[in-house]
Amino acid sequence: MRAVANDEKSEFDALAFFCLLPSLLYVLCMFVYPFLYGVYLSLQPQKVSGFSFANYLTFFSDPYQYGTIWITFSLAIPTTIVVLLLALWLAYGMRRGIFMERTVTTILIMPISLGVILLSEGILGFYGSQGWFNQVLLGLGLIKEPFILTHNYAGVMLALFMQQFPFCFLMLLGYISGIDPSLERSARMLGATPSIVFRRVMLPLIAPGLAIAFALVFVMSFAVFPSAIMLGQPAGTTRTISIAAYQKAFEQYDMSAASAIAVVMGLCQLAALLVIILFRRRLSPAATMGVGKR
Amino acid sequence: MDSLKLGITKRYGNKTVLDNLELDIRKGEFVTFLGPSGCGKSTALSIVAGLIAATEGEIRLNGARVDHLPPEKRAFGMVFQNYALFPHMTVFDNVSFGLTLKPLSKEEIKKRTDAMLKLVQLTGYEERYPGQLSGGQQQRVAIARALVLHPRLMLFDEPLSNLDAKLRVEMRAEIKQIHAALGLTSIYVTHDQAEALSLSDRIVLLRNGVLMQSGTPQEIHDRPKNVFVADFMGFRNFFKVRIASVSNGIAEGVGDGIRIRARAGADVRVDTDMVMAIRPDDIRAGGEVVSGAEDVSGRVEVVEYLGREQEAAIRINDNTRVWLRTAEAIRTADTIGLQFPIDKVVLLPAE
Repeated sequence: MRAVANDEKSEFDALAFFCLLPSLLYVLCMFVYPFLYGVYLSLQPQKVSGFSFANYLTFFSDPYQYGTIWITFSLAIPTTIVVLLLALWLAYGMRRGIFMERTVTTILIMPISLGVILLSEGILGFYGSQGWFNQVLLGLGLIKEPFILTHNYAGVMLALFMQQFPFCFLMLLGYISGIDPSLERSARMLGATPSIVFRRVMLPLIAPGLAIAFALVFVMSFAVFPSAIMLGQPAGTTRTISIAAYQKAFEQYDMSAASAIAVVMGLCQLAALLVIILFRRRLSPAATMGVGKR
Repeated sequence: MDSLKLGITKRYGNKTVLDNLELDIRKGEFVTFLGPSGCGKSTALSIVAGLIAATEGEIRLNGARVDHLPPEKRAFGMVFQNYALFPHMTVFDNVSFGLTLKPLSKEEIKKRTDAMLKLVQLTGYEERYPGQLSGGQQQRVAIARALVLHPRLMLFDEPLSNLDAKLRVEMRAEIKQIHAALGLTSIYVTHDQAEALSLSDRIVLLRNGVLMQSGTPQEIHDRPKNVFVADFMGFRNFFKVRIASVSNGIAEGVGDGIRIRARAGADVRVDTDMVMAIRPDDIRAGGEVVSGAEDVSGRVEVVEYLGREQEAAIRINDNTRVWLRTAEAIRTADTIGLQFPIDKVVLLPAE
């Protein structure tokens, strides 16, 4: 190309491109192609020839289908908020290290290593109406009726919380312990109480990390599938959007309609991420300038 | 504040990092905690600040105990080694941070912040973020941020050690000027003896949490009390001697193959083991005769060029080398005469 100014630069670019090639190929094959193919598939309904928005129109005209968007949001948003607040509270408390820190951290992150299915089975056994949790409370006479914590909304929340919390906690702990401890000391020396230090010094510095954690936890929660089936009521209150897509694909064998639902799901996640990004910009403009990092 | 009285001990498990450090600081004084890293000087400062709790002892400000107060209630100012500016706040917000926590009007806050920025010559930088400032400017913001609150006591924790050599000397003068102009009372921590000598009214030299010597810069510099202080303050020549005679306030020591004389106090006894020390720049070299000095000669082994002068290691016998600093030209393998002026030799207890 003539636009290239000198040889050295073009050589460098070629090398860079060559080095990038494997990852580019990976992204193209594993993400871009399946994604575009899914969009393409969703626009070619089974019963209609040629391109059509029929799948989307069907989805948005059936309350049983479009209702799943609301159900999924109502699971993902509260879970994300609860996970984030608890992880923030714990990670902030542990920022300068605590007694038996390694052991505590190991216990906290254990659920990650167990896998969703085992975890869900465990929750079913422990929190079910015949499980230990209710049996102990009943035995102690603290409650008359068992708490219904499985096969409903609460069960899915519980499972999501246990899956997401370790990730979120580890992320925030890393982020918070990376903040220079002398900032906190200097704020104290300037007359700030611990709560003012948190509000005016630490929280603005943690905000970018919180935004990233929120985005990740939300996206993972929004795609909830196994726990929604195992611990929820997959035909009713916890029929999430991924269940709707699954049913179209593997119960009604309508890949095209399933793709349309998946695209809607992706758009919902994207919309939520955009909100987070905008919110974060407003929250701490300085941090986006790159001066927040030391 | 009128006076600060310390008596503190700090232990971590079995390890004592500060062993009953006792100190009285008067209004307007500039006191420096000096010592090598790990001597407990920063721990002592953090205890005064309230950032670390002492294991035992108390801190009294004008007679009232303050050691139970959290740092924000003590109204002390502190400047940190790494500046510790809030990276998400502008220079103005950093400096006015402490003021905004007090019941002051916006106008008052602005007035006082602007005045302080003027004092540290940072007018015009109000809207910059710390990341956009040089190290020296950042440290000036950190100093302004503490001073704007009119602290009862200023604490400096190695504030200049992250700056380059030239800036360090400039900032040193600025700190001294601000201390005098505002009538501050300051405690300053450093491991740099030149910094301590130039800034302080009083130097407190610490080693492994134990107070080694406390005194004016002149006292510490000219009359160190022990080998550690002498070594830290630049004495490089130490001779293990046995006192051969004491007469008319002059002690003669023999050891390490040489004979040296020094002024001695009344408590120096014949036949005791002591150490005599002299700085490289106090040794006279060459033919010039100084009355009362004992002559020694030796062969030059190493010459280090230092710019205006040079420092040379001179072998005077099999066991002993002497370090000499001189502006005269000397070359390796020369044989030169050395004199130890009697008033420059200090007599120290044997370790």
